Amino acid sequence: MSPVQRKLITIIAESALESYLVRDLKRLGVSGYTVCDVRGEGARGKRKGDWDQNRTICLTSICQSALAHAILDHLAATYFEDYAIVAYLSDVDVHRGNKF
Amino acid sequence: MFDNLLDPVVLCFVVGLVAGLLKSDLRFPDQLYESLSIYLLFAIGLKGGIELSKASPGEVFLPSLATIALGVIIPILAYNLLRRLGGFGRPDAAAIAAHYGSVSAVTYAVVIAYLARIGQSYESFVTVLLVVLEIPAIAIGIFIARLRTTPGGIKWGPLLHEVFLGKSIYLLVAGLLVGLLSGAERSEAVAPLFSGLFKGALALFLLEMGIITSRRMGDLRQAGPFLVIFGMAMPLFSGVLGTLAGLLSGLSLGGTTVLATLAGSASYIAAPAAMRIAVPKANPTLYLAASLGITFPFNILAGIPIYHAMARFAHGFGG
Repeated sequence: MSPVQRKLITIIAESALESYLVRDLKRLGVSGYTVCDVRGEGARGKRKGDWDQNRTICLTSICQSALAHAILDHLAATYFEDYAIVAYLSDVDVHRGNKF
Repeated sequence: MFDNLLDPVVLCFVVGLVAGLLKSDLRFPDQLYESLSIYLLFAIGLKGGIELSKASPGEVFLPSLATIALGVIIPILAYNLLRRLGGFGRPDAAAIAAHYGSVSAVTYAVVIAYLARIGQSYESFVTVLLVVLEIPAIAIGIFIARLRTTPGGIKWGPLLHEVFLGKSIYLLVAGLLVGLLSGAERSEAVAPLFSGLFKGALALFLLEMGIITSRRMGDLRQAGPFLVIFGMAMPLFSGVLGTLAGLLSGLSLGGTTVLATLAGSASYIAAPAAMRIAVPKANPTLYLAASLGITFPFNILAGIPIYHAMARFAHGFGG
C-alpha cells in the first residue's frame, strides 16, 4: 500500500475557542482531530498558558484538500478578526487514505 | 488596616507579586492552579452549604433580593461611567462593567478569613449571596454590549450554558448542595480536607495569584490612567452600595462587610470566560488589567478593611 497525499490543518488558538472549533470542524466533516496545550507569543501578546485566560491550544486534523480549504475559509470569516488564532495548511503523506 | 497586611494569606499574595515583578522564575504548574481553583471553589460552596443547613430559608430572601439589585445596578453604573467619563467603546465598557458587577470568589474567601481572624460573626447564608451576585452582572454585560447591535447576532443557549454551567458557578452550587443536603454531622467525614486545610490552600493559591497579577500590571500602560483610577474608585463606590444593601436588608455587621466586599470585588474567572465568547470585540487586556491588575490586589491589600470600616460606620448610624 503506497501513501496518499492529504492536508494537515493546524490551528493555534486561545483555549476559550476549543469547544467552538471542535464543533465547527465536526460540522464541516472532519473525521478526527488532536488537541494539545501550547505556549508562545504572537500579535496579541505573550500567552504563557499558566492560567485560564492565558491558555493556548494547538488543534490539528488531517483531511482532503477541499475540506481543509473550506475549514480555513470558515475560520477566517468567523474568528480571525477578534481572537488570538493562527491557522495553516501543509501537505502530508498518509497511509490508510480512506480514514481521512 | 496594617494588621490585615500581616495576615499570612495576604503576605503570600505580596510575595507572589514581588516574585513576578522581580522576574523570578517561580512558576506554578498549570494543573496546580487548576486543582487549587477547584478545591477552593468547592470548599467555599461546601462550607456555605453546611452553614446554610442550620439557617432558616426565610432569612435568605431579603438579602438575596438586595444582592440581585446590586448585580443589576453596579454593571449599569459602571458601564455609564466607562462610556461617559472614560470614553470607552460600547464592547469594552460593557465587558469591563460585567466584571465589576460579578464577584471574585477568592476575594470572598479572604474576607471570610479576615472576619474569622478578628472574631466577627456573620450570617450563615452569605455564600448564597456570592452565587446570586455572579449571574445577573454577566448577563447584563452581554445584554448591554449587544443592545442596538445586529439582532439575532447572539445565541443565548451556549452563553447561558457558559454562565450557569461554567466551572466556578457549578462548583460553588455543587458544594452548597452537598453541604446543605449532608448537613454538619455527616460532613464531619470530609471536614479535615475542606475546612482544616482551606486556609493553607488559599495562601498557596494567593501566592500564585500574586505572580499572575504581576504579569497583568505590565498591561496597565495600555489600560491608561482612567482605568487605573476606575479600578480603585469603582470597588469603593460599589462597596458603599453593598454596605447600604446589607444594612437595608437587615444583615449583621459581619454580613454587611461580606456583601460590601462582594459588591466591591471584580470577577476574573467567570466573567472573562463568558465575555471572551459573548463580546469578542472587547479587548481582554483592558478588562483583565482592571479586574486582576488593579481591583483584586487593591481589595486584598486595602479594600477589605475599608469595607469592614464602612459596615461599622453604617451600623453605628443605622443599627
